[in-house]
Amino acid sequence: MTALTRQPRGTVGVALVLAVFLLAFLVVPVVKVIFVAFQDPASGAFTFVNFVDFFNTALFRESFANSLYVAFMAVLVASVIALPLAYFTTRFNFGGAALIQTLGVIPLIMPPFVGAVAMQLLFGANGSVNLLLDEWFGFTVPFMEGLNGVIFVESIHYFPFILINLSAALNNIDRSLEESAQNLGAHGMRLFRRIVFPLAMPGYVAGASLVFLKVFDDLGTPLLLNVNNMLAPQAYLRISSIGISDPMGYVISVMLVLFSLLSLWTSFLALRGKDYASVQKGGGGLARRDLGGREKVMAYAVVIFVLLIVLSPHFGLALLSFGTIWSYSVLPDAYTLANYREVFETSSQYITNTLLYAGLAALIDVVFGTAIAYIVWRTGVVGRKWLDYLATGALAIPGVVLGIGYLRTFNDITVPFIDKPLASWWVIIVIALAIRRLPYALRACVAALHQVAETLEEAAENLGATKYRSVRRIVVPLMIGGLLAGFVTSFATAAVELSATIMLVTSETDAPLSYGIYVSMQSAAGRGPGAALGMIAVIIVGVATYLSQRVIEKYRREQTMDGQLVPAGGAA
Amino acid sequence: MKTSRILISMTSAALLAVVALITAPQTRAMEDKVVIVTSFPKDLTNAFKSAFEAKHAGVTVEVLNKKTTAGVKFLQETAGNNTTDLFWASAPDAFEVLKGDGLLAKYDLKATGIPELIGAYPIHDPDGYYKGFAGAGYGIMWNERYVKAKKLPVPREWSDLAKPVYHDHVGMSAPSRSGTTHLTVETVLQGEGWEQGWATWKEIAGNFNTVTERSFGVPDGVNSGQFGIGIVIDFFGLSSKGSGFPVDFVYPTVTTLVPANIAIVKNAPHPQAAAVFIEFLMSNQGQEILLDPKIRRLPIRPDIYAKAPDGFPNPFEDSSIGAAVEFDVDKSKARYNLVNSLFDVMITYRLDDLRAATKAIQDAEAKAAGKGNAEAARLIAEARGLVAKTPITEAQSLDKDFADIFKKKRKKATDKVTGRQAEVEAEWDNMVKDNYAKAKALAEQAESLL
Repeated sequence: MTALTRQPRGTVGVALVLAVFLLAFLVVPVVKVIFVAFQDPASGAFTFVNFVDFFNTALFRESFANSLYVAFMAVLVASVIALPLAYFTTRFNFGGAALIQTLGVIPLIMPPFVGAVAMQLLFGANGSVNLLLDEWFGFTVPFMEGLNGVIFVESIHYFPFILINLSAALNNIDRSLEESAQNLGAHGMRLFRRIVFPLAMPGYVAGASLVFLKVFDDLGTPLLLNVNNMLAPQAYLRISSIGISDPMGYVISVMLVLFSLLSLWTSFLALRGKDYASVQKGGGGLARRDLGGREKVMAYAVVIFVLLIVLSPHFGLALLSFGTIWSYSVLPDAYTLANYREVFETSSQYITNTLLYAGLAALIDVVFGTAIAYIVWRTGVVGRKWLDYLATGALAIPGVVLGIGYLRTFNDITVPFIDKPLASWWVIIVIALAIRRLPYALRACVAALHQVAETLEEAAENLGATKYRSVRRIVVPLMIGGLLAGFVTSFATAAVELSATIMLVTSETDAPLSYGIYVSMQSAAGRGPGAALGMIAVIIVGVATYLSQRVIEKYRREQTMDGQLVPAGGAA
Repeated sequence: MKTSRILISMTSAALLAVVALITAPQTRAMEDKVVIVTSFPKDLTNAFKSAFEAKHAGVTVEVLNKKTTAGVKFLQETAGNNTTDLFWASAPDAFEVLKGDGLLAKYDLKATGIPELIGAYPIHDPDGYYKGFAGAGYGIMWNERYVKAKKLPVPREWSDLAKPVYHDHVGMSAPSRSGTTHLTVETVLQGEGWEQGWATWKEIAGNFNTVTERSFGVPDGVNSGQFGIGIVIDFFGLSSKGSGFPVDFVYPTVTTLVPANIAIVKNAPHPQAAAVFIEFLMSNQGQEILLDPKIRRLPIRPDIYAKAPDGFPNPFEDSSIGAAVEFDVDKSKARYNLVNSLFDVMITYRLDDLRAATKAIQDAEAKAAGKGNAEAARLIAEARGLVAKTPITEAQSLDKDFADIFKKKRKKATDKVTGRQAEVEAEWDNMVKDNYAKAKALAEQAESLL
């Protein structure tokens, strides 16, 4: 525990800066909104009576139970989708592993409401699949009905969290551990159960807890499927009605925050006392082996089946974007390029804005995420856990609440030289995105950090490196795969964020893509242009993700080929 | 060195700003920009934007699309440092909220030749804050392919929608989510009376496939064939049809025509341009844009209808549209939030229970038809009565103290209100849930007798 005894002033300073940032852009705006939950609606005095009302209302108890049920089931289904994809692509020599990893991540980069629109068209009560089933066999399957529909859409949407984090963890497992186990006679299931699975555990738990939280808090999907009896929609419906200031919406928001923190805490407890870090870096990732002929067919069949389901929203969106009229029929009536033409003529600024905003936000996230992860897990700064709790708590803040909080807090602050309220300056959108996506990056950074042994750092410091130098030259380079994963997750999801953005956009020239999609999807004249814009979003983020996957792969290969104990950068 | 350079550039920037301020012409006929917050779809805003910019070269129209509720919140939150010139949306009640908060500026319209009323509703705000620029009324929209495939008759009146044949085929938005939906609910309540009005709504809602979160969810569901029949505002139906979807639209006898509105926001940064924009909306040129197949709203200038396509409804000639109900705005205003909350408690959040009870009653009735079983008939009637039951009476709904529980209350710290909305809603919810369950049991009992 030597690292915990010395606290260089720089570390404390960084921690303070982070704390101030989180206070200013997360705590203060949110408190400005949710303090209503603790206010007696009659007198304005501080009270818990609203929480008593919450538990006295059958509807809220029911919503609470439904939200829990949906979140658990979504984690389960998402795991079933993600495990084979992660395992096959990291464990075997598999054609186009990077492609599969990329395609598997693509669901994340579609705003959930867009995904749900496309899935309705394909799997809805009168969607393509059911119309065909009805015509051929005379029955239909209620894929999208009620809670099952929410679970279906959510698990397809959020399983990439498990995939990304699990793949990063698997790629980081030291080959020498696997080799030692094999030398000692462990093979097959035993090897997986005793070595691979425990070592990949931090990645899996990180991913699964994210899925749980996101589903628990997700608003777009239940709203689009018109499922009201869940907590997040109840909060939203109550907060966003005109002229009503019923405190229950805010009470539910508080419940969402509390519950998210509770489940995170549980995942901390689950991981506590287990040391997953490997000292050596004998080579990134497990040994990959070739599949036999029949194994190969089986593996491809599983992967292709999973990908087909997972990519169905994109398929539906593509049809919608090229289609003319699509109404109560298996496929659109005719096909056209008019939607794309319209989009390219009118919407190019959305694309550049999105690249700028999401890129900046993801950069902030990775830098801050690494700093927070390091401070929380590798230093003894007082109150360091709170940085983690705070940053992660952003997950539980509905975007609408954050958006309203920003308007309420920053509208009176004028930015010098631009002479505009801070709340209507485009930078505030970047900050909102960064805050909202920081938890994702943070989880990825923590998982990456967990796999870098503290002893390596201590060794560097024993050899005379300063804290800053050891972090820069040892810790960060060893975390790079996880950091890239964090960057990609933040970037991809920030690119399609809508709920806070829509509150903060003050001029069309500053608006990002998700706003453009939302606006174009509102037309009774058809959603073709919105779908076309959605496809462009998917392609942009897809290409970005693919490129960074390539970078990770390349980096991993270099590490392996160098055969050095200390990876690139450390030798200099 | 570095700091001095920054200092120099900062100073010069500040100087430039000051110079720009001084040299800017103090009184200009019109600013070069107008910023509009609107809930209208792109098809509508783009058409007006390009026509306006073509007519007034040098003026840019900046359109910010937010849905009505978010738009109201946005204006409320940014009032201290307002950057918006115009608020442009359908629901008159959203404007009422803004007016009540003192966030709108009065404006005297220069355009002439606009009638006082559309249907039975005044076109412009009598207090002079917001101006109607187009009419809209609620009606029934259906998907031709859907009704053909499911062999459904085409509905004409609200009461048609309560028929068993439409079970699970109807969609609507919640009044708490959409101001225009609220008007429809209130119109039926006023047209048929409180008790009967709610009974009608619940009979219709028993056939709902879904209650959508946004009003746009309804035309969307009908267009895509998710459900076959929707209760929608006319332009959704008319413009969907105009864009080629296999859908059609009809006004039932009991409907209210209401104006869609525009208002200048208080302390608008570009007041002259905003005024010119409003006048443009009211001009013949602006009104004609409303007939665009992707827009299809009712112009407020009667002579424009001469240019409308065949079959386009004309409220200034066809007096059956929107005239059956004398809409009482004060009554509506007094219980606005209460009606929303009641609808949500009884219908939106308990839709599954309501549907189950309705289905059981419809099945029992179908079986009972022609058999003359008095006991079964009594049980069914009792079940219907339980479903129709409303937790409060009309007098209570208009009781100011009671309605205040649901209002944005406490403007000052000294204001006192008794009762909490959550408390009242929980009580209603228990009663409603119980009644639906009992009604279902009674209907099943009746069916077992047959």
